[in-house]
Amino acid sequence: MLEQTGVPTNEDLARTLPTEERRKKGPYAVFECFQKIPCDPCYSACRQGAVKPFADINHLPEVDLDKCNGCGTCVAACPGLAVFVVDETFSDDEALVKLPYEFVPFPENGESVACFNRDGLEVCSGRVVRVVKGKDKMATPVAWVAFPKEYCHDVRHIALKRGMA
Amino acid sequence: MRIEQHPILTFPERKKVTIYFEGRPIEAREGEPIASALHAAGIRVLRWSTEMNRPRGFFCAIGNCSSCLMEVDGVPNVRVCVEKVRDGMVVKQQKGKGVPPAVGGDEG
Amino acid sequence: MRQTEIAVVGAGPAGLSAALAAASCGARVTLIDREDRLGGQLVKQTHKFFGSQKQRAGIRGIAIGTDLADRAMSDPNIDVMLECTALAYYSDNVLTLEQREKYIKMKAQRLVVTTGASEKMLPFPNNDLPGIYGAGAVQTLMNVHGVKPGQRVLMIGAGNIGLIVSYQLLQAGVGVAAVVEALPRIGGYAVHASKIRRMGVPILTSHSVKEAHGKDVLEGATVWRIGPDWQGIPGTEKYIECDVMCLAVGLSPLTELLWQAGCEMKYVGALGGHVAIHDDNLETTAKGVFVAGDASGVEEASSAMVGGRLAGYSAAASLGRCPDFQQKKAEALEQLSELRAGPTGEKIRKGLMALRGEAS
Repeated sequence: MLEQTGVPTNEDLARTLPTEERRKKGPYAVFECFQKIPCDPCYSACRQGAVKPFADINHLPEVDLDKCNGCGTCVAACPGLAVFVVDETFSDDEALVKLPYEFVPFPENGESVACFNRDGLEVCSGRVVRVVKGKDKMATPVAWVAFPKEYCHDVRHIALKRGMA
Repeated sequence: MRIEQHPILTFPERKKVTIYFEGRPIEAREGEPIASALHAAGIRVLRWSTEMNRPRGFFCAIGNCSSCLMEVDGVPNVRVCVEKVRDGMVVKQQKGKGVPPAVGGDEG
Repeated sequence: MRQTEIAVVGAGPAGLSAALAAASCGARVTLIDREDRLGGQLVKQTHKFFGSQKQRAGIRGIAIGTDLADRAMSDPNIDVMLECTALAYYSDNVLTLEQREKYIKMKAQRLVVTTGASEKMLPFPNNDLPGIYGAGAVQTLMNVHGVKPGQRVLMIGAGNIGLIVSYQLLQAGVGVAAVVEALPRIGGYAVHASKIRRMGVPILTSHSVKEAHGKDVLEGATVWRIGPDWQGIPGTEKYIECDVMCLAVGLSPLTELLWQAGCEMKYVGALGGHVAIHDDNLETTAKGVFVAGDASGVEEASSAMVGGRLAGYSAAASLGRCPDFQQKKAEALEQLSELRAGPTGEKIRKGLMALRGEAS
């Protein structure tokens, strides 16, 4: 249970995924936001109008993935760092995930990183495609990471391999 | 143990000053509290408790709890988590309740 | 003796908001804080705030703090007194202060107490070892002074403060061995917990600290599982190596001035301890004394800003300075209601009901 472990269950996660058809069309945002807390910046952040207006800020975000273009603005905007963009069409054998990365040093483009799942377990190695930084340190940088496609629903954190003992 | 780089915060360059802890010169940064300079130098035992002589450090780091009392330039019971460093300051671990410096000309 | 219309003691989110609100009505405000800078706990909050746009959601606490502080410093109706500790408040509306070793007396027509809260302690053997710090203390050391608290931290408490400070420790390059929580569930926001879980930090619910170990400084701790009776279960002990233990086990409102002002106080556990009974103008039973922010009941910064604003308007209105007070009050109460409406607002709602003597 999310409340006990801090890790969303498969049931929680299943609700965030679009149809198979949509997933094959291009990148889509995954809102791993399952608890009713007073919070709504994702609505004003999305420039595509994919996040529906909140009737009550305690409600969970409702997302129209047909309007989503996977730009990742929501990834940087979410105060809970709970939004990710998944692109299963990145290449034949790789998926791309855009995730929030608020650590230094930033990875270099092309750098190999360790990829972690929601339990903090390393599941594979990945390659940083780019890091999108905001205008200053107040913004949340978003790292674009490519890795073997079968892990696209698992990879939600990366760590640099340099200087690792 | 100073933080060199941080993803969100930018720590400004500050002038280095020297304080003395138990006779040892310690490098400090102008404007920081004594406890911060000591902690950066790896010093965490700030005083010894009155009844049972137990080692004590700071706790709240904001001036509320009285855990961090030390003798500074001869004055005891100084809350080092809020007291700022000054170049040449002499800091000593306080043992027990501390004795205030004599006041006035007469030695009784 | 100095004179002021409204004295605001404590310049954190609530106090800054109160001072700005009262000043916007034309009241002369003196804003007092014992630190050498304004902002209270906001100066350490590197994470992005929740809430709605009205409470600056998505903006980091430090940026909100800087903005409020800049506005207060440049407001012609606000006289800021820094490095100034409020010592006492007397029945003839005199506030005594100490500022840089000078003793000052000030007659204030109205007083707004926004002194925040302080960290609770947890009883266990060797809980006085150097290295055992409050979570706020660790935040101060890292985010204000730029000093690493240690190498490996054991965090006690999985409320928002414990979870957020754990993340901030990781950002400062410090390892977090585990988060230990006595309740059978995580009290803080799930998103904060999920963040540190994917970074490899275990969260041990139904666990508590049995004992701390170390000769002169902390070297490790024994944690154990606790049963439904809150007692430790022998045989479940686990030793965790750590050089810092961070206690994030709750806050207690700092209410000394309110006691002294003769406010009627009531013990409400859900609000953190003793709080002053207050009406929906945030006025206490001591006429002319208002309270807001964590000093009025431990909650969080977004509510502190709205509450502070309401207290500022109320104080100004009581001096005849705020003609559209009813409208401003309604807006503030609506925002507070919105922030407290969801499941995560249950604790504060219950606490406030208990304060008002209502059955929950």
